[in-house]
Amino acid sequence: MAGQQSIDALIKRGIKQDIAERLVREGLTLKDLKKAGMSDLEGVVTEEEAEEVLEMVKSSKRPSKVGGKVEPVEEEKADEEEEEDVPPVPEKDYTKTPPLPIEDRMHEPLIAHLSGVLSEKGIVASPALICDLADKLDTLGVKKSHKRKIEKVVDELGRYLEERRIEPMESAGIVAAQSIGEPGTQMTMRTFHYAGVAEINVTLGLPRLIEIVDARRIPSTPMMEIHLKEEFSGDSETVERIAAKIENTLLKDVADISLDPNNMRIIVDVVPEKMEKNMVELSEIETNLMKKRKKFEVEQEGNKFIVSLVEPSYKDLQIVFEKISGFEVGGVGKIERAIIRKEGKEYVIYTEGSNLKDVIQMEEIDIGRTLTNNITEIDEVLGIEAARNTIIKEAHNTLQEQGLNVDVRHIMLVADVMTHDGSVQAIGRHGISGLKESILARAAFEITTKHLLKAAVIGERDRLSGVAENIIVGQPVTLGTGAVELVYKIDKDKKEA
Amino acid sequence: MTVMGVPKRIKSIKFTLLSPDEIRKMSAIKVITADTYDDDGFPYEKGLMDLHLGVIEPGLRCKTCGRKVDECPGHFGHIDLAMPVIHVGYTWLIKNCLKSTCSACGRILLMDKAIDEFRTELENYEASGRRTIGISNIWRDVVRKASKITICPYCGERHEKITLDKPTTFREAGHKLTPKEVRERLENIPDKDLDLLGIDRSVARPEWTVLKALPVPPTTVRPSITLETGDRSEDDLTHKLVDVIKINQRLQENRDTGAPQLIVEDLWELLQYHVTTYFDNQTAGIPPARHRSGRPLKTLSQRLKGKEGRFRSNLSGKRVNFSSRTVISPDPYISINEVGVPVQCAQELTVPIKVTPFNLEFCRELILRGPEPDPEKGYQPGVNYIIRPGGRRIKVTEKNKETVAEALEIGAIVERQLDNGDIVLFNRQPSLHRMSMMAHQVRVMPFHTFRLNLPVCPPYNADFDGDEMNLHVVQSEEARAEARILMQVQEHILSPRFGGAVIGGIHDHITGAFLLTYRDRRFTKLEAAKLLSFINFKGELPEPMKDGKKEYWTGKQIMSVVLPDGLNLTFKASICEKCDTCLKEDCDKDSYVTIRDGELKTGVVDEKAIGAFKGVIIDTLARDHGADAVRNFLDNVTKLSIASIMNIGFTTGIDDEDIPPEAKSQILEVVLTAKENVDKLVAAFENGTLESQPGRSLEETLEVEAMRILGQARDKAGQIAGKHLGMDNSAVIMARSGARGSMLNLSQMAAIIGQQAVRGERIHRGYKGRTLPHFKWNDLGAEAKGFVKSSYKSGLHPTEYFFHSMGGREGLVDTAVRTSRSGYMQRRLINALEDLKVDYQGRVRDTAGNIIQFSYGEDGSDPSRSDRGYPVNLDEVIENVLGGA
Repeated sequence: MAGQQSIDALIKRGIKQDIAERLVREGLTLKDLKKAGMSDLEGVVTEEEAEEVLEMVKSSKRPSKVGGKVEPVEEEKADEEEEEDVPPVPEKDYTKTPPLPIEDRMHEPLIAHLSGVLSEKGIVASPALICDLADKLDTLGVKKSHKRKIEKVVDELGRYLEERRIEPMESAGIVAAQSIGEPGTQMTMRTFHYAGVAEINVTLGLPRLIEIVDARRIPSTPMMEIHLKEEFSGDSETVERIAAKIENTLLKDVADISLDPNNMRIIVDVVPEKMEKNMVELSEIETNLMKKRKKFEVEQEGNKFIVSLVEPSYKDLQIVFEKISGFEVGGVGKIERAIIRKEGKEYVIYTEGSNLKDVIQMEEIDIGRTLTNNITEIDEVLGIEAARNTIIKEAHNTLQEQGLNVDVRHIMLVADVMTHDGSVQAIGRHGISGLKESILARAAFEITTKHLLKAAVIGERDRLSGVAENIIVGQPVTLGTGAVELVYKIDKDKKEA
Repeated sequence: MTVMGVPKRIKSIKFTLLSPDEIRKMSAIKVITADTYDDDGFPYEKGLMDLHLGVIEPGLRCKTCGRKVDECPGHFGHIDLAMPVIHVGYTWLIKNCLKSTCSACGRILLMDKAIDEFRTELENYEASGRRTIGISNIWRDVVRKASKITICPYCGERHEKITLDKPTTFREAGHKLTPKEVRERLENIPDKDLDLLGIDRSVARPEWTVLKALPVPPTTVRPSITLETGDRSEDDLTHKLVDVIKINQRLQENRDTGAPQLIVEDLWELLQYHVTTYFDNQTAGIPPARHRSGRPLKTLSQRLKGKEGRFRSNLSGKRVNFSSRTVISPDPYISINEVGVPVQCAQELTVPIKVTPFNLEFCRELILRGPEPDPEKGYQPGVNYIIRPGGRRIKVTEKNKETVAEALEIGAIVERQLDNGDIVLFNRQPSLHRMSMMAHQVRVMPFHTFRLNLPVCPPYNADFDGDEMNLHVVQSEEARAEARILMQVQEHILSPRFGGAVIGGIHDHITGAFLLTYRDRRFTKLEAAKLLSFINFKGELPEPMKDGKKEYWTGKQIMSVVLPDGLNLTFKASICEKCDTCLKEDCDKDSYVTIRDGELKTGVVDEKAIGAFKGVIIDTLARDHGADAVRNFLDNVTKLSIASIMNIGFTTGIDDEDIPPEAKSQILEVVLTAKENVDKLVAAFENGTLESQPGRSLEETLEVEAMRILGQARDKAGQIAGKHLGMDNSAVIMARSGARGSMLNLSQMAAIIGQQAVRGERIHRGYKGRTLPHFKWNDLGAEAKGFVKSSYKSGLHPTEYFFHSMGGREGLVDTAVRTSRSGYMQRRLINALEDLKVDYQGRVRDTAGNIIQFSYGEDGSDPSRSDRGYPVNLDEVIENVLGGA
């Protein structure tokens, strides 16, 4: 059954199986649901069910976490000297890269104290973990002043972290590659899926994962999620206007274009209402049409433009007609469709096609939350770190959507490999593998002879430091137990015995 | 000095170009006869199979080194080419050189200043130690810049445009350059300019890429095969070399006798063709050289390239000894880290034992058993071979075993047959992750299959429908230690992919555990003892419960026996219905599981507790109680489950999907209304009253709506059927407990199958305007577009069956495409990431020393030891410290 993974994913979120099945059959996946409103579920499930589903999905909290613990008895009632000026932070989902606010939270007294104690003891813990610990302690009424308790907790945490620290010489890369590759066999091939917004098709599943790993310049279905600044996002009309501004408008969308074969000309009759609806200025049409052209000349009569050919021919007339109809007169370009959707209190614009560079220059846009699924574009506009985060996010979402559980650390490693030299490199012979240090490793991957012949003129030296090279020459590899360089020298005297 | 026992390591391998002088110098013989063997079967003197080139026939000795077959590595010969020819693999280099150097003086066509600039750039690059790709960009720039210049700045000679006529013809302003001319020009390039063209003077000269002498590989590289008929069949390379020598001879004769230029040139070109195809028989632009039978020859390049080439199939992957492969079958009574090995395999596979003063007698005893010990005494490992200290191998037979045992010396190696408890590697392809190859302990068994316990099926992705698996016996002490410590099954219960268990109970284990622990099933003393007898339990029975006078034991008590002490867990079982308000311990469905100090207090043990991928108990034990504790637990819990399912009895059949007639009529009603609704929708569409949804066309709206209505109908029908299938139904027990199947599967069997889809849409392909001739044209109704209203049990109508097959076929195609695509993706991922390792500081580095991550995974914690992705379970930390205080 296709969609079984989606069902599982929903059930994992605490939604009843039958409801989940119904939802998925509607083409609603976890991702859709996160963005869906009550109206989207109408007719699929009852109102109460819908409410419940949305709540469960949106709380992003996994229910039934293993091992609910016996709450320790509170020894002291929390004194009220410290105010809770910080809004309660929902339980963090480690499967996602920690959201920004964590940096801001670092000054909270308890958190600051905890990180102080941790660094004093030389324990390295991620900020997200410290925040969580602080939250947990907070609910138990432990305050900054409970020095002894905190120290004990920190010691215990240190012990745990040390126990779970990754082993040196671990072949982290191979484990990551296997962890991402192995579930690939379980993914669907079905290219299109309704995700995010029901109206927009997005490539998902294995093809999308391959696309990410390939670092394709343009994804097969580019898509943007545009958030607006607070002052604009609440009003549906304003948002609609902004969406119209973003969306590409063709001349034929705002004008009646007719052929006049008798006089060998084309009449473009601009309709002001349509122009207004699509946020197009007449001047824009003017500049677009009135440019000097080789094939035709344009005369303007108010809202009317008359196009006549320089060298009249029926064939050219038709060609020019089509060309003119397709003129882009509005929009930021590359964005074919923009759809508005209410999410909570604000309206969000989803687009088919992506043009981050131009979109974020619009003043109504909230740059911080506006996204595209085009990794190269992110790299060009926002830089390599943003590209790395996008790779992680996109790959993780793709896997998650299929109901496959893969630790983020593996995806991070892939993203880091792809971006560590400052540009987005593909996984494959044109990217990472082609840049390998070892000749033998390159030859063993693809395009064998070329690498060997080239190496000979350059006088390249293979230092046999990687895995593939050492396997080729029949030596232990330099990972794991093979990386240990200890030699036991036998005492000369004892050698005789 | 090398330290004893430590193998030498190759430090590095340098690649260089062979000069004609070197080719001649290393040549054992100049080959001039274009033939191999004479009529008597002896190799021709100075022929391609000359004995100076190495021996491939037993009994003969190499004329160069005097050694015999297998001892002589073979020696190169050479052919002196009458006229020089271009090496196809280096046309790019020749082109670059010709384009950027002066035809008269040989200098690079750049001013000294520009050259110096490039040179400093190169030096900077080398000093920075960055990746080689940057360097080739500089070389490319040199060529690009130099080739634009038309007049040599040094001698003022005009520089014409050089073009390469693929594959090997160079032209200067349209005029053809002979290889000889090309070579002369390349010779002219001064040494000092070579570095800018990407040539290292110490290893190569550009003119060496225009061949004057051709190395002839040793016969060992191209052995001839004798067919059963006694005919000899030569290797493809030999065939090609014959061609080269033949043409070379003719060319030489014609040139020496002063034949017309035209003939010489033709022959020269022919020689070029043969040399080209000798290197690469898939060069674009020329027809591949073929064998007499029409098969293209496999020449040098083809030998190396691709999946079947030397690199991928012989160097990156190697064939091994001490391995065995056979069909697998299940055995629930062996431990999860054991593997049942057939006696035949065990007697063929051996473990080397070094004879020392301490085990001399033991080894003698082993040898005295011979290669086939008496099966009457139970299985005992014998000895197949011994290796004497000198390296001589002696086969142990029934006849000579006494003498061999007698003559056994210290330092010899005894190849002992496989014994119970030996550590071996067990593997099933495709090896997609590290759990595809784990170490097991041998258990020698009768019959012909490898036996494995069922919980290890998920990581291997194995079933028993004819799957075969491989077994490897590790041969060194180090390997055995590593296998035992790192690779045993119990060390791999937690997957590094998501930090959860991949090994756990499947199918009947879950049903069994469920039956045992669901609600309060009671057992008499006899029954309880019988169940526990399966797990080799030696303690006292738990305190019995009392019902009046009668003593009884609950299933939960019996399950608690296998739960380790000190285990505390609370979670919701797989059967949990996710009620709005959870009653927790008082759950009336027995789905709130609480375990206190190894005692199952409430709830049922099902997939969520012991299942592979989901088992919470397994996760917890593996993390907190150690590998051996989980192994023990898994062995016990699966055996106990099987005992209980056998004791209680369990069966499923088609009557499990029986639903009462009133349910059937309800379902029918649901289906009919749905169909009516679809018809209404179609009518609305046809008379134009249907309103399209935003962003969709009218047709799309209709399709989406119809899919929705029919999907709902299926769900409703499934619910109706589900209502009549309760927890007393075996099929439902399996579905709900997570053992096998889902409620969806059941409702498809009992109620209706529902809409069939191809590419996520209702079925629409087929004839013009309709899917099948059974329907009217342009029928958009439910049935005509693949809605199956029958159930699997009731059987499908012919049209329904056809639609169902269409959906099924899509699934099959999908799987086939997916495996190849994801396989390639994984290969690329592995190749890109294989060299990464975590260093002692917790950083991730590649072999060139580049840092990829400053802290592995941003927090340095190991995913396989994490709590399903969380580095630590904070609740646990806090409870450990504050809970006790």
